[in-house]
Amino acid sequence: MSEILKAENQQQVLDAIKWAAAEETPLEVRGGGSKTGFGRPNEPGHVLDLSGLSGISYYEPGELVLSAGAATPVADVEAQLAGNSQQLAFEPPDYGPLFGGAAGQGTLGGLLACNLAGPRRAKAGAARDHFLGFTAISGRGEVFKSGGRVVKNVTGFDLSKLMAGSFGTLAAMTEVTVKVLPAPEKVRTVLISWAKDGIYDHGGVKAMTDAMASPHEVSGAAHLPAALTGSSALSEISGAGRAVTAIRIEGPEPSVAHRCEALKTLLAKYGDIEELHTKNSATLWREIRDVDYFAAKPERYLWRLSVPPVEGSRVALQILEGRPGEAIYDWGGGLIWLAMEAAPDAWVNVVRQRVQESGGHATLVRAPDKVRERVPVFEPQDGPLADITRRIKEGFDPHGILNPGRMYEDQ
Amino acid sequence: MLMPEPDETVIARRQEIIAAMRAIVAGEGVIVDDDELRAYDCDGLMAYKQLPLIVVLPETTEQVSRVLRYCHENDVKIVPRGAGTGLSGGALPLADAITLGLGKFNKILEMDFENRCVVSQPGVTNLAISQAVEHAGFYYAPDPSSQIACSIGGNVAENSGGVHCLKYGLTTNNVLGVELVLMNGDVVRVGGKHLDSEGYDLLGVITGSEGLLGVITEVTVRILQKPETARAVLLGFDSNEDGGDCVGAIIGAGIIPGGMEMMDTFAIRAADDFAEAGYPRDVTSLLIVELDGPEVEVDHLIARVEAIARQQNATYVKVSESEEERLRFWSGRKSAFPAVGRISPDYLCMDGTIPRGQLAHVLSRMSELSDKYGLRVANVFHAGDGNLHPLILFDSNQPDELEAAENFGADILRLCVEVGGVLTGEHGVGVEKRDLMGEMFTEDDMKQQQRLKCAFDPEHLLNPGKVYPTLHRCAELGRMHVHKGQIPFPELPRF
Repeated sequence: MSEILKAENQQQVLDAIKWAAAEETPLEVRGGGSKTGFGRPNEPGHVLDLSGLSGISYYEPGELVLSAGAATPVADVEAQLAGNSQQLAFEPPDYGPLFGGAAGQGTLGGLLACNLAGPRRAKAGAARDHFLGFTAISGRGEVFKSGGRVVKNVTGFDLSKLMAGSFGTLAAMTEVTVKVLPAPEKVRTVLISWAKDGIYDHGGVKAMTDAMASPHEVSGAAHLPAALTGSSALSEISGAGRAVTAIRIEGPEPSVAHRCEALKTLLAKYGDIEELHTKNSATLWREIRDVDYFAAKPERYLWRLSVPPVEGSRVALQILEGRPGEAIYDWGGGLIWLAMEAAPDAWVNVVRQRVQESGGHATLVRAPDKVRERVPVFEPQDGPLADITRRIKEGFDPHGILNPGRMYEDQ
Repeated sequence: MLMPEPDETVIARRQEIIAAMRAIVAGEGVIVDDDELRAYDCDGLMAYKQLPLIVVLPETTEQVSRVLRYCHENDVKIVPRGAGTGLSGGALPLADAITLGLGKFNKILEMDFENRCVVSQPGVTNLAISQAVEHAGFYYAPDPSSQIACSIGGNVAENSGGVHCLKYGLTTNNVLGVELVLMNGDVVRVGGKHLDSEGYDLLGVITGSEGLLGVITEVTVRILQKPETARAVLLGFDSNEDGGDCVGAIIGAGIIPGGMEMMDTFAIRAADDFAEAGYPRDVTSLLIVELDGPEVEVDHLIARVEAIARQQNATYVKVSESEEERLRFWSGRKSAFPAVGRISPDYLCMDGTIPRGQLAHVLSRMSELSDKYGLRVANVFHAGDGNLHPLILFDSNQPDELEAAENFGADILRLCVEVGGVLTGEHGVGVEKRDLMGEMFTEDDMKQQQRLKCAFDPEHLLNPGKVYPTLHRCAELGRMHVHKGQIPFPELPRF
């Protein structure tokens, strides 16, 4: 029978993992539970609930560093940072509603374990790029730490990178340290509205490429097709029924005004240009960050494609040719959210083939459990890379007790 | 510095190994004469020298693969080497190892401006990448001070930094992909022109792995548009506290400068004598703050930095009024190492990182240590990110001075860890800081790191004797002792 083991401190996490290792019984490592649906369904076992490991233990705004219990709600961290006009520069997304849950449930550890990042990814990096250090318990039942509490550190292997995106399969993190940065003083968005009717995905990627290759320090570049704009909370976007490309600029006021004008001139050839100021910009980029447009379409299966940015529209349109679905482009075209009509194989062959041709990879983010059991959620590996992955897993978790099967079926 | 005991059986097979290497790499690519080997006997950490067994300079990934496969099958160790400019001895040769130089991998393979990246062979210098894309307005951001000579492959191996990394990140934040040859000869590609890894972030652990995980044969880096303009301001203070507080106040005001460097009295005077940079000579602490971006932004922020500095008791404020003046401000800082080299026969360059708020405390403790060891120390400091570079002056011709300088350096690094910092911010552990790893990490911490090594190179043939003070056999590291029933069932709330 599945039980929930709720740890209140590091020692209790250690005890639970030692016990599970001795019993060779699987544990589902859980923070806030907001991303339980992300990855393959866990093998049945007990739940190791880390939600008690919460609280900011160290925050020095002048050092640009914050340490906290792994299950500290992201919302708490962001509130604390906002009080000092700082932020997590990788723009943590909240996928709660995307997975059918509530907003605001995600934890800092969960965010790092899934290596998430919002629209600022192309400029500021992902969670991994801001992950300075951690303490964790391996599947061996050993406490270990890596990294430090300073922003510049090359002492030893950078295990923070390995933990980022490992979906709790290597160790249960108990305490994490991240880099924080000043929040921008001003935010504006240059919005291109494309002509009515027609497909403007290629044009959108072209416009984003122009903007990203300019010296104007673009901090967000996304494209929404006309079919999806209706659900936006912004009337500028939902009203016209036209495809839009959004380019974000952030920084000190005079600089933002200057760059905004320059970008408007640069992009005028593509369509009608509007400008969104701070409040509307915040609304738009939060919608894009959390992929709200597909939270509103829960019946769709959802793929997340990581490709070379200029390939974005070609890859997406090839996949969608004759198949019902929609694509949203973020990161200047480098990130595609692809929502497709339900199918037993989730269209895996065409998706992976097209993405692989571009040199990128694809993740099946949302589909029913029985589909994600069958269809590899993460890009399948083979040859030497698969061997390395397997040996890393064995080195950290020899009995395979931590989130077994969450990333790959047999480990 | 104790290196692993050379394997005499390998040294005895030297001729056989040379023949095997010549069958893979023709002509001058296999170096065996002592005179020629001497050019490879150390890297930028010149206190340690050792002739390699031989040097092999392959030109293709296939040759690298065949060399490594041979070495794997014949139990021969490999020390990878880029340009040999590393400061921690990561490319220090071993008597029983082949030094594998990547210098002939010197071509830029692709400039992709639309995807904003460059694909390069690993032996291309850091600066050459920026120069190659300059015509299109781009550059490669990480700029270690050795950028004219250091190779991009070495940058990845060491996760190199530079003065601009507070704003633009270290190498690890600017690498998109690598081609890597594993010790058994397998060639793998990790990452590419896309962002985010598939599966475990192997690119993230390969970066900064100091040649312990594989040999890099191709690198993809992201490039950025060059900022429209840059201006610098010199700020002088009567105390290190004031200088340190000013750095905190600038960051606290939400400003992340392109560069923010600090120097102490000794470094200021040495650098100014050497470069005639026009530094104020009566200040205790000197800051160079550089702002880059659109002109309107730079002017706006320079004014704010100037105002903050005056509030923080700056006794000297000078804003660059021309590009020439900006470069002159930097000329002193950039020549700090040779400037110190002119004053002293030898110096050791240390590289700890501290929480910046501890700066004044650390400098005063360092001054006490300087008295204790009877050795002078000059401090240059990447102030924004807390990365200290104390230069310890000594004379290796004086008995025991090298040892004293090393002990002094070790005490400084212990001090960095004591105040919440780390042993190395950008130079790497190599052999130099290897034996201090225990100051920062427990045995379990290091064992877990070495289990990662075992996933790539289970026989420890790649760069042994570097980074980790003790090499545990992978079989031993893999063992796990659990005793059913003997571990108490956890006292956990259960639902």
